[in-house]
Amino acid sequence: MVLNNIEKLLEKYENGETSLKEEQLLKNYFAQEAVPPHLEMYKAMFGYFKVNKQEQFTKHVPLKTNKVFNYKWISVAAVAVLMLGFYFKSTSKSNNDLGTYQDPQQAYNEVAKSLAMISGHFNKGVSSVAYLNEYEKGYETLNYLTELENSTRIIFKANH
Amino acid sequence: MTQTEFLNIVMPFKDKVFRLAKRLLISTEEAEDATQEVLLKLWNNKKQIEGYKNVEAFSMTMTKNFCFDKLKSKQAQNLKIVHSNYEDGNTSLQKQVELSDSVNWVAKIIEELPEQQRLIVQLRDIEEYDLDEIAEMLEMNNTAVRVALSRARKTIREKLTNTHNYGVK
Repeated sequence: MVLNNIEKLLEKYENGETSLKEEQLLKNYFAQEAVPPHLEMYKAMFGYFKVNKQEQFTKHVPLKTNKVFNYKWISVAAVAVLMLGFYFKSTSKSNNDLGTYQDPQQAYNEVAKSLAMISGHFNKGVSSVAYLNEYEKGYETLNYLTELENSTRIIFKANH
Repeated sequence: MTQTEFLNIVMPFKDKVFRLAKRLLISTEEAEDATQEVLLKLWNNKKQIEGYKNVEAFSMTMTKNFCFDKLKSKQAQNLKIVHSNYEDGNTSLQKQVELSDSVNWVAKIIEELPEQQRLIVQLRDIEEYDLDEIAEMLEMNNTAVRVALSRARKTIREKLTNTHNYGVK
Protein backbone atom coordinates (compact mmCIF):
# COMPACT_ATOMS: atom_id res chain seq x y z
CA MET A 1 0.00 0.00 0.00
CA VAL A 2 1.18 3.47 -0.73
CA LEU A 3 2.82 5.16 2.20
CA ASN A 4 0.98 8.37 1.53
CA ASN A 5 -2.27 6.56 1.82
CA ILE A 6 -1.29 5.01 5.12
CA GLU A 7 -0.32 8.34 6.57
CA LYS A 8 -3.63 9.80 5.59
CA LEU A 9 -5.40 6.89 7.16
CA LEU A 10 -3.39 7.33 10.33
CA GLU A 11 -4.45 10.92 10.60
CA LYS A 12 -8.06 9.94 10.17
CA TYR A 13 -7.50 7.21 12.69
CA GLU A 14 -6.28 9.65 15.28
CA ASN A 15 -9.35 11.76 14.82
CA GLY A 16 -11.49 8.72 15.39
CA GLU A 17 -12.95 8.94 11.92
CA THR A 18 -11.81 5.69 10.39
CA SER A 19 -14.25 2.92 9.77
CA LEU A 20 -13.67 -0.54 11.13
CA LYS A 21 -12.62 -1.65 7.66
CA GLU A 22 -9.98 1.03 7.40
CA GLU A 23 -8.70 0.16 10.82
CA GLN A 24 -8.41 -3.43 9.70
CA LEU A 25 -6.30 -2.21 6.78
CA LEU A 26 -4.00 -0.38 9.16
CA LYS A 27 -3.73 -3.40 11.40
CA ASN A 28 -2.79 -5.59 8.49
CA TYR A 29 -0.30 -3.07 7.20
CA PHE A 30 1.50 -2.84 10.53
CA ALA A 31 1.46 -6.58 10.96
CA GLN A 32 4.05 -6.91 8.17
CA GLU A 33 7.73 -6.95 8.89
CA ALA A 34 9.01 -3.82 7.19
CA VAL A 35 7.49 -0.48 8.03
CA PRO A 36 9.09 2.92 7.58
CA PRO A 37 11.14 3.94 10.64
CA HIS A 38 9.01 6.97 11.46
CA LEU A 39 5.96 4.75 11.78
CA GLU A 40 7.69 2.13 13.89
CA MET A 41 5.74 2.95 17.05
CA TYR A 42 2.43 2.18 15.36
CA LYS A 43 3.67 -1.32 14.82
CA ALA A 44 3.87 -1.89 18.56
CA MET A 45 0.46 -0.35 19.05
CA PHE A 46 -1.40 -2.36 16.45
CA GLY A 47 0.60 -5.42 17.38
CA TYR A 48 -0.59 -5.06 20.94
CA PHE A 49 -4.20 -4.68 19.86
CA LYS A 50 -4.04 -7.80 17.77
CA VAL A 51 -2.35 -9.87 20.41
CA ASN A 52 -4.59 -8.67 23.19
CA LYS A 53 -7.61 -9.88 21.34
CA GLN A 54 -6.42 -13.44 21.67
CA GLU A 55 -6.56 -13.48 25.42
CA GLN A 56 -9.23 -15.87 26.62
CA PHE A 57 -11.29 -16.50 29.65
CA THR A 58 -10.54 -20.04 30.71
CA LYS A 59 -12.02 -20.22 34.16
CA HIS A 60 -14.95 -22.53 34.61
CA VAL A 61 -18.22 -20.97 35.62
CA PRO A 62 -20.40 -23.20 37.76
CA LEU A 63 -23.92 -22.88 36.45
CA LYS A 64 -26.36 -24.32 38.89
CA THR A 65 -29.47 -25.80 37.32
CA ASN A 66 -31.20 -27.06 40.45
CA LYS A 67 -33.48 -24.44 41.82
CA VAL A 68 -32.65 -22.89 45.11
CA PHE A 69 -35.29 -23.78 47.67
CA ASN A 70 -37.58 -20.86 48.12
CA TYR A 71 -37.95 -19.98 51.78
CA LYS A 72 -40.77 -17.63 50.95
CA TRP A 73 -43.14 -20.58 50.69
CA ILE A 74 -42.36 -21.70 54.22
CA SER A 75 -43.84 -18.48 55.60
CA VAL A 76 -46.86 -18.89 53.35
CA ALA A 77 -47.39 -22.40 54.69
CA ALA A 78 -46.99 -21.19 58.28
CA VAL A 79 -49.61 -18.53 57.78
CA ALA A 80 -51.96 -21.08 56.24
CA VAL A 81 -51.54 -23.42 59.21
CA LEU A 82 -52.22 -20.57 61.62
CA MET A 83 -55.36 -19.56 59.76
CA LEU A 84 -56.60 -23.15 59.80
CA GLY A 85 -55.98 -23.31 63.53
CA PHE A 86 -58.03 -20.19 64.17
CA TYR A 87 -60.78 -21.42 61.92
CA PHE A 88 -61.18 -24.76 63.73
CA LYS A 89 -60.99 -23.14 67.11
CA SER A 90 -63.75 -20.68 66.34
CA THR A 91 -66.02 -23.40 64.90
CA SER A 92 -65.61 -25.65 67.96
CA LYS A 93 -66.54 -22.76 70.23
CA SER A 94 -69.78 -22.06 68.44
CA ASN A 95 -71.33 -25.47 69.29
CA ASN A 96 -71.18 -25.24 73.08
CA ASP A 97 -74.96 -24.88 73.29
CA LEU A 98 -75.98 -26.64 76.51
CA GLY A 99 -79.74 -26.46 76.05
CA THR A 100 -82.33 -24.81 78.27
CA TYR A 101 -85.07 -25.79 80.78
CA GLN A 102 -88.66 -25.61 79.64
CA ASP A 103 -90.37 -26.02 83.04
CA PRO A 104 -89.94 -22.86 85.26
CA GLN A 105 -90.14 -24.89 88.51
CA GLN A 106 -87.37 -27.17 87.38
CA ALA A 107 -85.29 -24.18 86.28
CA TYR A 108 -85.81 -22.54 89.69
CA ASN A 109 -84.72 -25.72 91.47
CA GLU A 110 -81.60 -26.00 89.33
CA VAL A 111 -80.65 -22.36 89.92
CA ALA A 112 -81.22 -22.69 93.65
CA LYS A 113 -79.07 -25.80 93.67
CA SER A 114 -76.18 -24.22 91.87
CA LEU A 115 -76.39 -21.04 93.98
CA ALA A 116 -76.34 -23.15 97.12
CA MET A 117 -73.28 -24.90 95.82
CA ILE A 118 -71.56 -21.55 95.11
CA SER A 119 -72.38 -20.18 98.59
CA GLY A 120 -71.15 -23.40 100.20
CA HIS A 121 -67.79 -23.06 98.47
CA PHE A 122 -67.71 -19.37 99.24
CA ASN A 123 -68.15 -19.99 102.98
CA LYS A 124 -65.33 -22.50 102.87
CA GLY A 125 -63.10 -19.79 101.41
CA VAL A 126 -64.17 -17.26 104.06
CA SER A 127 -63.39 -19.67 106.90
CA SER A 128 -59.86 -20.17 105.60
CA VAL A 129 -59.42 -16.38 105.42
CA ALA A 130 -60.40 -16.23 109.13
CA TYR A 131 -56.84 -17.08 110.03
CA LEU A 132 -55.97 -13.50 109.13
CA ASN A 133 -57.39 -12.52 112.54
CA GLU A 134 -54.29 -14.05 114.10
CA TYR A 135 -52.22 -11.43 112.32
CA GLU A 136 -54.40 -8.76 113.78
CA LYS A 137 -53.60 -10.01 117.26
CA GLY A 138 -49.89 -9.97 116.56
CA TYR A 139 -50.17 -6.44 115.33
CA GLU A 140 -51.85 -5.33 118.54
CA THR A 141 -49.04 -6.76 120.64
CA LEU A 142 -46.56 -4.86 118.46
CA ASN A 143 -48.40 -1.66 119.41
CA TYR A 144 -46.89 -1.98 122.86
CA LEU A 145 -43.55 -1.21 121.27
CA THR A 146 -44.72 2.34 120.54
CA GLU A 147 -45.26 2.79 124.24
CA LEU A 148 -41.63 1.90 124.75
CA GLU A 149 -40.61 4.46 122.13
CA ASN A 150 -42.61 7.17 123.89
CA SER A 151 -40.83 6.54 127.13
CA THR A 152 -37.36 6.64 125.45
CA ARG A 153 -38.28 9.94 123.79
CA ILE A 154 -39.16 11.39 127.19
CA ILE A 155 -35.78 10.25 128.54
CA PHE A 156 -33.87 11.86 125.67
CA LYS A 157 -35.79 15.08 126.06
CA ALA A 158 -34.84 15.12 129.79
CA ASN A 159 -31.16 14.83 128.72
CA HIS A 160 -31.42 17.90 126.56
CA MET B 1 -33.53 -21.81 28.70
CA THR B 2 -31.23 -24.78 29.09
CA GLN B 3 -27.58 -24.65 29.97
CA THR B 4 -26.45 -25.36 26.42
CA GLU B 5 -28.65 -22.64 24.98
CA PHE B 6 -27.29 -20.23 27.51
CA LEU B 7 -23.71 -21.20 26.71
CA ASN B 8 -24.39 -20.74 23.02
CA ILE B 9 -25.44 -17.18 23.68
CA VAL B 10 -22.66 -16.40 26.12
CA MET B 11 -19.69 -18.18 24.55
CA PRO B 12 -19.06 -15.74 21.70
CA PHE B 13 -18.52 -12.80 24.01
CA LYS B 14 -17.29 -14.21 27.29
CA ASP B 15 -13.69 -13.49 26.28
CA LYS B 16 -14.63 -9.93 25.46
CA VAL B 17 -16.18 -9.52 28.88
CA PHE B 18 -13.02 -10.89 30.43
CA ARG B 19 -10.72 -8.61 28.45
CA LEU B 20 -12.85 -5.59 29.25
CA ALA B 21 -12.79 -6.45 32.95
CA LYS B 22 -9.06 -6.92 32.79
CA ARG B 23 -8.62 -3.59 31.06
CA LEU B 24 -10.34 -1.89 33.96
CA LEU B 25 -9.22 -4.02 36.89
CA ILE B 26 -5.70 -4.73 35.54
CA SER B 27 -5.21 -7.90 37.54
CA THR B 28 -6.07 -11.17 35.82
CA GLU B 29 -7.54 -12.76 38.92
CA GLU B 30 -9.82 -9.83 39.58
CA ALA B 31 -10.91 -9.88 35.97
CA GLU B 32 -11.63 -13.61 36.14
CA ASP B 33 -13.75 -13.11 39.24
CA ALA B 34 -15.60 -10.24 37.62
CA THR B 35 -16.28 -12.27 34.48
CA GLN B 36 -17.54 -15.16 36.53
CA GLU B 37 -19.77 -12.84 38.47
CA VAL B 38 -21.19 -11.27 35.32
CA LEU B 39 -21.85 -14.64 33.71
CA LEU B 40 -23.54 -15.94 36.83
CA LYS B 41 -25.71 -12.87 36.96
CA LEU B 42 -26.70 -13.46 33.35
CA TRP B 43 -27.46 -17.08 34.15
CA ASN B 44 -29.61 -16.15 37.09
CA ASN B 45 -31.51 -13.67 34.97
CA LYS B 46 -31.75 -15.96 32.01
CA LYS B 47 -35.49 -15.47 31.80
CA GLN B 48 -35.07 -11.76 31.27
CA ILE B 49 -32.18 -11.91 28.82
CA GLU B 50 -34.30 -13.85 26.39
CA GLY B 51 -36.20 -10.62 25.92
CA TYR B 52 -33.15 -8.48 25.20
CA LYS B 53 -32.33 -7.85 21.62
CA ASN B 54 -28.63 -7.39 22.20
CA VAL B 55 -27.40 -9.56 25.03
CA GLU B 56 -23.79 -8.84 24.17
CA ALA B 57 -24.09 -5.09 24.53
CA PHE B 58 -26.11 -5.57 27.68
CA SER B 59 -23.42 -7.80 29.15
CA MET B 60 -20.69 -5.34 28.28
CA THR B 61 -22.58 -2.55 30.03
CA MET B 62 -23.06 -4.84 32.99
CA THR B 63 -19.35 -5.67 33.06
CA LYS B 64 -18.44 -2.01 32.90
CA ASN B 65 -20.74 -1.13 35.78
CA PHE B 66 -19.60 -4.10 37.80
CA CYS B 67 -15.94 -3.17 37.38
CA PHE B 68 -16.59 0.44 38.27
CA ASP B 69 -18.36 -0.70 41.42
CA LYS B 70 -15.41 -2.91 42.24
CA LEU B 71 -12.96 -0.09 41.70
CA LYS B 72 -15.05 2.23 43.80
CA SER B 73 -15.25 -0.18 46.71
CA LYS B 74 -11.49 -0.70 46.41
CA GLN B 75 -10.92 3.02 46.63
CA ALA B 76 -13.24 3.25 49.62
CA GLN B 77 -11.12 0.69 51.38
CA ASN B 78 -8.03 2.62 50.45
CA LEU B 79 -6.76 -0.37 48.60
CA LYS B 80 -5.30 0.28 45.21
CA ILE B 81 -4.88 -2.46 42.72
CA VAL B 82 -1.18 -2.66 42.28
CA HIS B 83 -0.05 -2.32 38.75
CA SER B 84 3.07 -4.33 39.36
CA ASN B 85 1.05 -7.52 39.61
CA TYR B 86 0.26 -7.24 35.97
CA GLU B 87 1.17 -10.77 35.16
CA ASP B 88 -0.42 -13.30 32.96
CA GLY B 89 -0.97 -16.82 34.20
CA ASN B 90 -0.95 -17.88 30.61
CA THR B 91 2.78 -18.09 29.99
CA SER B 92 2.74 -19.75 26.64
CA LEU B 93 0.52 -17.05 25.27
CA GLN B 94 2.60 -14.42 26.97
CA LYS B 95 5.73 -15.71 25.28
CA GLN B 96 4.10 -15.93 21.96
CA VAL B 97 2.72 -12.50 22.60
CA GLU B 98 5.83 -10.76 23.68
CA LEU B 99 6.95 -9.13 20.52
CA SER B 100 9.17 -6.61 22.16
CA ASP B 101 9.36 -4.17 24.99
CA SER B 102 7.33 -1.68 23.07
CA VAL B 103 4.31 -3.94 23.19
CA ASN B 104 4.50 -3.81 26.97
CA TRP B 105 4.85 -0.10 26.70
CA VAL B 106 1.57 0.07 24.89
CA ALA B 107 -0.07 -1.86 27.71
CA LYS B 108 1.40 0.52 30.25
CA ILE B 109 0.37 3.58 28.34
CA ILE B 110 -3.18 2.33 28.05
CA GLU B 111 -3.21 1.61 31.76
CA GLU B 112 -2.39 5.23 32.41
CA LEU B 113 -5.34 6.51 30.42
CA PRO B 114 -8.49 7.64 32.20
CA GLU B 115 -10.97 4.80 32.72
CA GLN B 116 -13.39 6.09 30.15
CA GLN B 117 -10.76 6.27 27.41
CA ARG B 118 -9.37 2.90 28.41
CA LEU B 119 -12.80 1.40 27.95
CA ILE B 120 -13.27 2.98 24.60
CA VAL B 121 -9.87 1.92 23.28
CA GLN B 122 -10.58 -1.58 24.49
CA LEU B 123 -13.97 -1.72 22.82
CA ARG B 124 -12.93 -0.10 19.59
CA ASP B 125 -9.35 -0.99 18.85
CA ILE B 126 -9.25 -4.40 20.41
CA GLU B 127 -12.79 -5.73 20.26
CA GLU B 128 -13.60 -3.77 17.11
CA TYR B 129 -17.09 -2.66 17.95
CA ASP B 130 -19.03 -0.13 15.98
CA LEU B 131 -19.06 3.38 17.44
CA ASP B 132 -22.82 3.22 17.86
CA GLU B 133 -22.54 -0.04 19.73
CA ILE B 134 -19.92 1.44 22.03
CA ALA B 135 -22.12 4.45 22.63
CA GLU B 136 -24.94 2.11 23.61
CA MET B 137 -22.74 0.03 25.90
CA LEU B 138 -21.25 2.99 27.69
CA GLU B 139 -24.49 4.93 27.79
CA MET B 140 -22.85 7.88 26.05
CA ASN B 141 -23.57 9.63 22.81
CA ASN B 142 -21.76 8.90 19.60
CA THR B 143 -19.79 12.14 19.40
CA ALA B 144 -18.52 11.87 22.96
CA VAL B 145 -17.23 8.40 22.20
CA ARG B 146 -15.47 9.64 19.08
CA VAL B 147 -13.86 12.53 20.92
CA ALA B 148 -12.67 10.31 23.76
CA LEU B 149 -11.37 7.77 21.28
CA SER B 150 -9.46 10.38 19.35
CA ARG B 151 -7.99 11.77 22.55
CA ALA B 152 -6.93 8.33 23.71
CA ARG B 153 -5.34 7.46 20.38
CA LYS B 154 -3.43 10.72 20.31
CA THR B 155 -2.15 10.19 23.83
CA ILE B 156 -1.03 6.68 23.03
CA ARG B 157 0.74 7.82 19.90
CA GLU B 158 2.47 10.75 21.63
CA LYS B 159 3.69 8.66 24.52
CA LEU B 160 4.83 5.91 22.20
CA THR B 161 6.70 8.38 20.05
CA ASN B 162 8.44 9.71 23.12
CA THR B 163 9.54 6.32 24.33
CA HIS B 164 10.48 5.39 20.83
CA ASN B 165 12.61 8.47 20.38
CA TYR B 166 14.30 8.32 23.73
CA GLY B 167 14.71 4.61 23.53
CA VAL B 168 12.92 2.11 25.67
CA LYS B 169 14.11 2.77 29.18
